[in-house]
Amino acid sequence: MTLLDQFQLILKTAGWPEWAVYLTPAIVGILIIIIFVLTVVIVFIWWERRLISRFQIRLGPNRCGPEGILQPIATAVKILLKEDIVPEKADKLIHFIAPIIVFVPILLIFAVVPFGEGAILVDLNVGIIYVIAISSISVIGIFMAAWGSGNKYSYISGMRSIAQMVSYEIPVVLSIVGIALVTGSFSMIKIVEAQSIPFILLQPLGFLIFFLGSLAEMNRSPFDLLEADSEIVAGYHIEYSGMKFAMFYLGEYGVALAYSGIITTLFLSGWQGPLLPPILWFIIKVMLVFSLIIWMRATLPRLRVDQLMSFAWKFLLPMAVINLVVVAVEVLVLPAGLQWVMVILNFGLAAVLILLWSKLFTLGGGRVEV
Amino acid sequence: MLEIAFALLAITAVASAVAVIVVRDIFRAALCLILLFMTVAGVYLLLHADFLAIVQILVYVGAISILIIVAIMLTRDARQGPPLGNLKYPAAVVGILLLGVVVFGIINTAFVIPDNAPLQETVKPLGKALFGDSGYLLTMEIAVVMLLSAILGAIAVIREK
Repeated sequence: MTLLDQFQLILKTAGWPEWAVYLTPAIVGILIIIIFVLTVVIVFIWWERRLISRFQIRLGPNRCGPEGILQPIATAVKILLKEDIVPEKADKLIHFIAPIIVFVPILLIFAVVPFGEGAILVDLNVGIIYVIAISSISVIGIFMAAWGSGNKYSYISGMRSIAQMVSYEIPVVLSIVGIALVTGSFSMIKIVEAQSIPFILLQPLGFLIFFLGSLAEMNRSPFDLLEADSEIVAGYHIEYSGMKFAMFYLGEYGVALAYSGIITTLFLSGWQGPLLPPILWFIIKVMLVFSLIIWMRATLPRLRVDQLMSFAWKFLLPMAVINLVVVAVEVLVLPAGLQWVMVILNFGLAAVLILLWSKLFTLGGGRVEV
Repeated sequence: MLEIAFALLAITAVASAVAVIVVRDIFRAALCLILLFMTVAGVYLLLHADFLAIVQILVYVGAISILIIVAIMLTRDARQGPPLGNLKYPAAVVGILLLGVVVFGIINTAFVIPDNAPLQETVKPLGKALFGDSGYLLTMEIAVVMLLSAILGAIAVIREK
């Protein structure tokens, strides 16, 4: 029983009318989620700027408030005060709606992220497919922004976004199927409860595929071709300013938070952990995943378009299929008590597969066919 | 409450379906079509078919609409829409005939509503029904092989040059 259900029961025993019993907990839950997302996004922006400064041996923003924590708020106020410019050749309506279509699905993802035991808005029995389905709506928002701006750079970015999202969705879904096979359910709560051993140990290959795939889904470096500053200026949000740009900016960090939460739930055993309260464990793990993402951004150069596509289709996809078959066979053959055997087997297999496949698959040196 | 939700969804669905035809800008028409897909998913949700609703969004909004958008990217003058051809009247006749057939079908069907409560967990029963002992494993496999051959065919067409 989730916290929201308990809230509903309390209201019902207090004698509230039926529609209020139904609506009040939902609205309170949504408000809590929105406040949580906005707060964490501010922390994320500060953390990314400070951490990436450490990687680049400089200080980063450190003047506004203690250690510069108020800098994101100053940035937000600055962005909101800017003039809202709509290009003359833009499709005004689509240009206006696009930021909303990008941002709303990202908020919707948080409905199924379990922050603690029972601390989830709805425990859908199709939880993880819901995440995949909802996040695919954002692509349309990005393409609306790209098309509505009437700018050729944003148009290129829109085409890249479609190619990228469609390709990387497949390995991501296949690696999720591996988890569903072990868990026997798509429900996020059941996935967390099934992880007496975190799935990152049980399926290291699945974790790598999901992590890289979701990096591409959230347009993070090294897969940030949509907004490659040196090639197409800022990509799909080139013609946006003021409040609308803030929506895209918020969405970018919101999706990073959402996917960090989902990686935590799927592979790092969610809220579970000794001593500390569940919500604290969840936030620690989310911060760890996000730091890893920033580390990738600081270390790896951006991929070329053809490299991006061949990485998805020639590396991630075969790996995901092999991972799926291996996990299926292990679930069938191995008895349930022998999960440690599975850990050792899968780690060996992942190492061998990645080494062998990267021999077959050379990038950069020779010509890469797509 | 469910009635209000259904009314909202139904009105949006019909309005966006009409807009798909009426709007001249092809891209906006495609967006209206996506809205229509989503309202249909909402109707599925009202019928307690959550898996079906999610798959509707995943397949239609996530994939089919992308296909349509890619097709639009390859057209010229998307803003004005295509010029009206001289097939206006035959198209109207065929359209009205089709509408008549659909309306006739809906009116003359006795829809049976089962008495038992809708399932709480839909994925497992669905999987059992598809792949279980008395399931549709062979049909599924045939569909899968058909899709695979379609993909291979597409690759073969591209490889030709």
